[in-house]
Amino acid sequence: MPTIEMTYRDAVRQAMVEEMDANPDVFLMGEDIGRYRGTFRVTEGLYDKYGVEKNDFIVPGIARRVVDTPIVEPGIVGFAIGAAMVGLRPIVEMMTMSFSILALDQIINHAAKIHYMTAGQAKVPLVIRGPGGAANQLSAQHSHSVEGWYAHVPGLKVVAPATPACAKGLLRTAIRDDNPVIFTENPGLYGIKGDVPEDREFSIPFGKARIARQGTDLSLIAYSRMVHVCLAAAEQLAERGISAEVVDVRSLLPLDTETIFASVAKTHRAVVVYEDWKNGGYGAEIAARIAEECFDDLDAPVGRVGGLNVPMPYSRVLELECIPNADDVLAAVNKIA
Amino acid sequence: MLFIRHFERFSERAYRQGKAGGYLHVYIGMEALAVGWLTQIRQGYDYVITAYRDHAHALLLGSDPVACMAEIMGRRGGLSRGKGGSMHLYDIPRGFFGGWGIVGGHTPLGAGLAFASKYRGEDRVTLNFLGDGAANAGVFFESLNMAALYEVPCIFIIENNEFAMGTRLEYHAADTELHKRGYPFGMKHERLDGMDLLQVRQDAKRIIDWVRENQKPYLVEVMTYRFVGHGAADNDQTLYRTKDEVESARQRDPIALLMDYLTSNNLMTREKIEAIDAETEAEAERVYEEADDSPHPDPSEVYDDVYSDMTPEVGH
Repeated sequence: MPTIEMTYRDAVRQAMVEEMDANPDVFLMGEDIGRYRGTFRVTEGLYDKYGVEKNDFIVPGIARRVVDTPIVEPGIVGFAIGAAMVGLRPIVEMMTMSFSILALDQIINHAAKIHYMTAGQAKVPLVIRGPGGAANQLSAQHSHSVEGWYAHVPGLKVVAPATPACAKGLLRTAIRDDNPVIFTENPGLYGIKGDVPEDREFSIPFGKARIARQGTDLSLIAYSRMVHVCLAAAEQLAERGISAEVVDVRSLLPLDTETIFASVAKTHRAVVVYEDWKNGGYGAEIAARIAEECFDDLDAPVGRVGGLNVPMPYSRVLELECIPNADDVLAAVNKIA
Repeated sequence: MLFIRHFERFSERAYRQGKAGGYLHVYIGMEALAVGWLTQIRQGYDYVITAYRDHAHALLLGSDPVACMAEIMGRRGGLSRGKGGSMHLYDIPRGFFGGWGIVGGHTPLGAGLAFASKYRGEDRVTLNFLGDGAANAGVFFESLNMAALYEVPCIFIIENNEFAMGTRLEYHAADTELHKRGYPFGMKHERLDGMDLLQVRQDAKRIIDWVRENQKPYLVEVMTYRFVGHGAADNDQTLYRTKDEVESARQRDPIALLMDYLTSNNLMTREKIEAIDAETEAEAERVYEEADDSPHPDPSEVYDDVYSDMTPEVGH
């Protein structure tokens, strides 16, 4: 499969462009995504591409397919749900996933339950995407990882890609999915580069984890940016003669327990790593499942590394203290080795 | 109107007899409002969405009354095969989008429905019903702003029955003229009567035509009154209103007003009306009995329709 190197940001954008080109029902909504080009520049160029043709205006100044919104997350998500219920396929950009907390009622109490409450009469092909997790000194109200909250909710699907190729392949799947999908992009990943298949049909199914690095002695299980932290830790472990396998979960809901359990069955040791607050985060769910289903395979208790249980501080020194790094992973490995 | 009234009495009976559980909110006293508005739209083409006092809306849009009553009883023959209940009736092929339980929460969905029709260049109108209690919700103001900003063909219809559950209008809204909520968004707005069916129909037609023609939103506050409690579980109305007040409101019972009009203009005799009333009540009873014959869902159906394409993990 021919590939091209691009950043994670460009991969996300390209998936949206290709799907908008392919399907006139796909459109974007969000704060500052049009004329301003997006806070993280993910939607750069899209307003010019889709917003300015004369026929694309519903009223003067309002582009039809790249819709700049007021700063009202519940209103935006509710509006998108309504449009999705009659077959449009909105992609809502959250300026940060921390702001999606304002829209929890719309996402959890409305979007996630519609298909069930209507006994399948209505579908909600809605994607909510945006940066989730800490960036650089954005402090307490802009740095939270909320994917674990959403992965708790039946009716939603939740993905957290770690590489440009995964971002593109999973976003295409998300846009084509008939259910509401939470697509979280760690802001620390936007600039990373990787090879991405050029095929305009390239997609990755939900519920399939990826082995990011093969290993035999222990399994490091992570998603989103923490996959890269685990890869760095695995590199250091290799220098000590320990072969660590890194499982990139990619899809939290549905969760590919088969791949996770197979890795644990092979290595007999597991450490789950996630950036979210350690207490009650989604990594705890993964760890519980391993403990529940792989007890006989395990040679040691399941290890767990999470973000510190504090609001994100502003100081860079304190912020770095909160976010798990390779040393934290190594410390957890040492406890079970 | 008569059928809705009788249907609602049987809904209450279902609750009293333990055939319907949970929360159940009936439309008794407010019939002219939904009848007046929903008979003026293009049924099956225009979109309709409302809150949890939703039985009348479904019936008027042509939903099978037995499927409505079966849903209220949580049966497999219900509109949502027992997954929704009284508060969550949906009949999407008929343009009825529910049926929502979070006060004010569905109002942006209605605006989004209207956005979709505008996006596709259709001339559908969306009727977005809400109660006076929902008129204070933050997301309702967000919806008004976005509807006006994008000029979507959505009519926000505040069914003002003067109580947010058990809290009187004067105690929940700083300005009790709720139609003025449209003013800050440059939206046309007015307060209308909801009890005189002929007047309601005229107003509805005028506004629906205007919105279809101009492709812009509109806000109306329709004054009505419920003659019964907020919900079937609301068994002490003396906490928030007097019997005299209810009796006085009943002077403008929409059904009695229409009957007076018909008889005083020699359009129909009192005997004929009484015959229709008895016939309609019998029909509602037949619906009740037939719905009660519908089986309960099978436990295995619990996982159906969580997703369109997959089953969630099974088991406790």
